[in-house]
Amino acid sequence: MAAGIPRRVGDGAAVRRTLIALATLISGLFLLMPLGVIVAEAFANGWSGYIGNILDAYTLDAIGLTLFVALLTVPLNMVFGVFLAWLVTRFQFPGRKLLTALIDIPFAVSPIVAGLLYLLLYGRNGWIGGWLGSHDIQLMFAWPGIVMVTIFVTCPFVARELIPVMQQQGREEEEAGVVLGASGWQLFRRVTFPNIRWALLYGVILTNARAVGEFGAVSVVSGSIRGQTNTLPLQVELLYQDANVVGAFAAASLLAGIALVTLVAKSIVEWRQDRP
Amino acid sequence: MVLLPITGLFIRAAGMGWESFWLVISDPRVVAAFRVTVLTALAASLFNCVFGVLMAWVLVRYAFPGRRLLDALMDLPFALPTAVAGITLAALFAENGWYGQALARVGIEVAYTPLGIIVAMAFTSVPFVVRTVQPVLEDLPGEDEEAAMSLGASDLTVFRRILLPSLWPAIVTGGGLSFARSLGEYGAVIFIAGNSPYISEVISLMILVRLEEYDFPAASAIAAVVLTASLLLLLAINIGQERSVKRLHGG
Repeated sequence: MAAGIPRRVGDGAAVRRTLIALATLISGLFLLMPLGVIVAEAFANGWSGYIGNILDAYTLDAIGLTLFVALLTVPLNMVFGVFLAWLVTRFQFPGRKLLTALIDIPFAVSPIVAGLLYLLLYGRNGWIGGWLGSHDIQLMFAWPGIVMVTIFVTCPFVARELIPVMQQQGREEEEAGVVLGASGWQLFRRVTFPNIRWALLYGVILTNARAVGEFGAVSVVSGSIRGQTNTLPLQVELLYQDANVVGAFAAASLLAGIALVTLVAKSIVEWRQDRP
Repeated sequence: MVLLPITGLFIRAAGMGWESFWLVISDPRVVAAFRVTVLTALAASLFNCVFGVLMAWVLVRYAFPGRRLLDALMDLPFALPTAVAGITLAALFAENGWYGQALARVGIEVAYTPLGIIVAMAFTSVPFVVRTVQPVLEDLPGEDEEAAMSLGASDLTVFRRILLPSLWPAIVTGGGLSFARSLGEYGAVIFIAGNSPYISEVISLMILVRLEEYDFPAASAIAAVVLTASLLLLLAINIGQERSVKRLHGG
């Protein structure tokens, strides 16, 4: 190849530099700058102001509720996701394709619609909610409702990460394990799990990020009772609407921190997946 | 968990009868909200198609310092809670915000206008096109491209005639996903939109407005339309993806 003649599209130095500069500039302005705003606004009243806002009683309650919701949602969806991925990749049964397509639905549904779906069914006037109400069980406008919609919006993450990995892996190793007399649990722990652990971790990280940050669906079913059914994202909204912008950004900075941890964890997991 | 609530909504909406359903849907404020949502979602997805291809291209084709960081940054909109994105973008583009001030000097208003909705929708759906185009670009065989280049075709011609046709299905898929997400976006949008009826009110907010009026049938009717649209989009994207996979494998 003669020197100076580009071998592939965009190999020319000028094109290369322009495109990299453009991509970096837009990403910086559009994606990185918002993070800067969060920090600038949250610390507008200095460190002590920031700490004071975080230690606000209602904000602390919201943090507690959000952690509680994530603690319930993540393990449940992890088990559910593993089970679903296992079902879809290891067995042939009628409706398998339909089930695979169904997994994606919560991603496609608008968060507000998702919240409404649950409100209609489990709310006071809903089919199931009416019956539960006559037994003094209230799901909507209480923490169980928040957990339910959070499970709904996050349920595809684990299965979606696992399915391609488990498909690639095939079932030969597992069949060998069966022949050697392994029990179901041994098989999962010794054969299946080591192969899927990074994908599983990735799915869990994504589930957690969304569970902590879900806003639209939760705002429909929560009722936003301060100190009781207010999650951290809802608290951000409340503070913002109360014109307590600095307080809102202080609460938001915690969520942004979780988002950054998610990104770092994701990069590490991807890096590990590339070199098994 | 998934099917029952969806069926429930459709039965509710069907139960109200065609006439009252139509009355709710054809309400001028609702129609305006649908129009605003579809147009802004379209604009946001188009922006993301261009920006997404640029990002995928730069991340796959070039090695440069900071590439990994840029790559990780692409996922930020998915990791950042929508409410946080919402107040942040609103603060940036507000009259006294970092961008708002500069844009006001050239007479552009973003916050509290449909333009703000586009910005919020574009932000939350950035990863879709990048992440669908990236793997396709990585796996693209280089022979045709190299042959065309050595025959003296220009960069732009080779990109348009040889690369773009292979990338097209991925761009459409990513753009479709981005559009579907934007149609239903709520958290990021409401803070920057201003939410004035007929002008900058999106459809998910409209559902919530009806809910707050305790008009459950109206909320269900609008939600049924939105849900149908997103399910059809999902179906179309799935079918499109399956076809392009088959074509790639020569089936």
